[in-house]
Amino acid sequence: MVARVRSFPDVLLSVENISLSFGGVKALTDISFDIAKGEIRAIIGPNGAGKSSMLNCINGFYHPQQGAITYKGVRRSQMKPHEAAEQGIARTFQNIALFRGMSTLDNIMTGRNLRMKTGLFWQALHIGPAQREEIENRKVVERIIDFLEIQHIRKAPVGQLPYGLQKRVELGRALAAEPELLLLDEPMAGMNIEEKQDMCRFILDVNDEFGTTICLIEHDMGVVMDISDRVVVLDYGKKIGDGVPDEVRSNEAVVAAYLGVSH
Amino acid sequence: MLAVIVAAFLAVPMVASPYLYTEILIPFLILSLAAIGLNILVGYCGQVSLGTGGFMAVGAYAAYNLWLRVPELNNLIVVFLFGGLMAAAVGILFGIPSLRIKGFYLAVATLASQFFLDWLFARVKWLTNYTPSGSVAVGKLEVFGWHVDTPADRYLLILGIVVVGTLVAKNLVRGHIGRSWMAVRDMDIAAEIIGFRPLRTKLTAFAVSSFFIGVAGAMWAFLRLGAWEPLAFDINRSFQILFMVIIGGLGSLVGSFMGAAFIVLMPILLNQLPGWFGIRMSTALLSHLEFMVFGAMIVFFLIVEPHGLARLWAVAKEKLRLWPFPH
Repeated sequence: MVARVRSFPDVLLSVENISLSFGGVKALTDISFDIAKGEIRAIIGPNGAGKSSMLNCINGFYHPQQGAITYKGVRRSQMKPHEAAEQGIARTFQNIALFRGMSTLDNIMTGRNLRMKTGLFWQALHIGPAQREEIENRKVVERIIDFLEIQHIRKAPVGQLPYGLQKRVELGRALAAEPELLLLDEPMAGMNIEEKQDMCRFILDVNDEFGTTICLIEHDMGVVMDISDRVVVLDYGKKIGDGVPDEVRSNEAVVAAYLGVSH
Repeated sequence: MLAVIVAAFLAVPMVASPYLYTEILIPFLILSLAAIGLNILVGYCGQVSLGTGGFMAVGAYAAYNLWLRVPELNNLIVVFLFGGLMAAAVGILFGIPSLRIKGFYLAVATLASQFFLDWLFARVKWLTNYTPSGSVAVGKLEVFGWHVDTPADRYLLILGIVVVGTLVAKNLVRGHIGRSWMAVRDMDIAAEIIGFRPLRTKLTAFAVSSFFIGVAGAMWAFLRLGAWEPLAFDINRSFQILFMVIIGGLGSLVGSFMGAAFIVLMPILLNQLPGWFGIRMSTALLSHLEFMVFGAMIVFFLIVEPHGLARLWAVAKEKLRLWPFPH
């Protein structure tokens, strides 16, 4: 496969000297990298390298002790997760975090929550603004359902769906927010080859069609090298590599981290 | 559904006796509304509450005070709405701890609200108009000039309010507010990350839930009891409504009705049943039997079917649709 070479002039988000520790455990040490507008950026590394912690810092769930994150030109140190959501950052989770008691449709509709503003009064009557809002947002959600090819499970409670479909619904919920930056935490973990191919296609389509910037964590190196524009490599909370897939692949520190070296 | 409502408005008044109204239909409808209120909080938003009785008392006494002190507003709809709104305000106040505490600990906090409110209505004499033992009574009741006197009148008024209330609850739970409740119930951290604000969501649930419970409390006081004291809304009432929600089905509006029907009818049935078979039992034994059956039912539902009667009903409908074929 030919590596895609695309160029992205604008920086959407930059991470500067982030350090995060839980008590004595250093999860991240002095990490800096940036995510350009429109690219697919991968974060890779062995288990426990701090990848998920990195995503949690970006969307405000963890507060790093040092360093700062600049998003869309605004520097911030502390913020709440719902503020990240309001600024256009959506994410999926490593261990699926769907609302298990709700249907696929309702789950994806929750992704639209920031665009649904009608108050209790109209909601109670379910007429006028409330109904219009519901219909408009439902249309968007139906497009996402079509896009992800999950029409047949629209009404099914997500708790009963197979794992691969749940992952897809979770992607749908994140997409429903129409995010500028989409964080995917191991979108293909535990999938078979066909499901992985589908998921890759969805990720590339989202990136192409909607211009969504994507930052993903993934363990399948084949996938990562194929679909991402640039790759950051973490190991024990430190950055050991950063660049286009070919650079990273030939980086000795990366190879050592993944394969080990003989002493 | 429409057929049931029409039948309840038209057919029931033709056949019902005063006993049926006051002992079965009126308690069933009012407690259904309270169960819907509690179900919004517990079943839809996942916040356990043992303060239902207290919130009903707030609704009842707020309604009473408006009725007593502002005679110009002697319209039951206004009076009940006021009771509901006051209960909602109190509900918001006692819902604030829910941001920090969950599960059992929240249950204990709402239990504290129950005891606090019991104390309030027993001790703050102004609220009960300085009557001894806090026992108050209401007299002339009317709605837009319609005097609500006979059991049939009261039944129709209650039915109307419950139908509207149920519709409102249905609209809320199917819209984005209902989804925000369920999201917080199912996974609060993910809900926050996709943009829901946990405190606001939980407080809306407390407010709406307490509003329904307050209206139900006011109706219970005005239309079921007529004269009451704080004991009518003690901790037993809280448990009774919670049992309705659990037995009927958490997160199901139709389940709230089933649970209420079950709990209202069960004691009556248990009273009659031995007689039908010619067995004579003492009343003490009967009331003990009632406790045992309730206890067993609740344990059964918690273990076997947390979605309660509503789920059993849905399964039965599905089975009957296919019957006699297996699938």
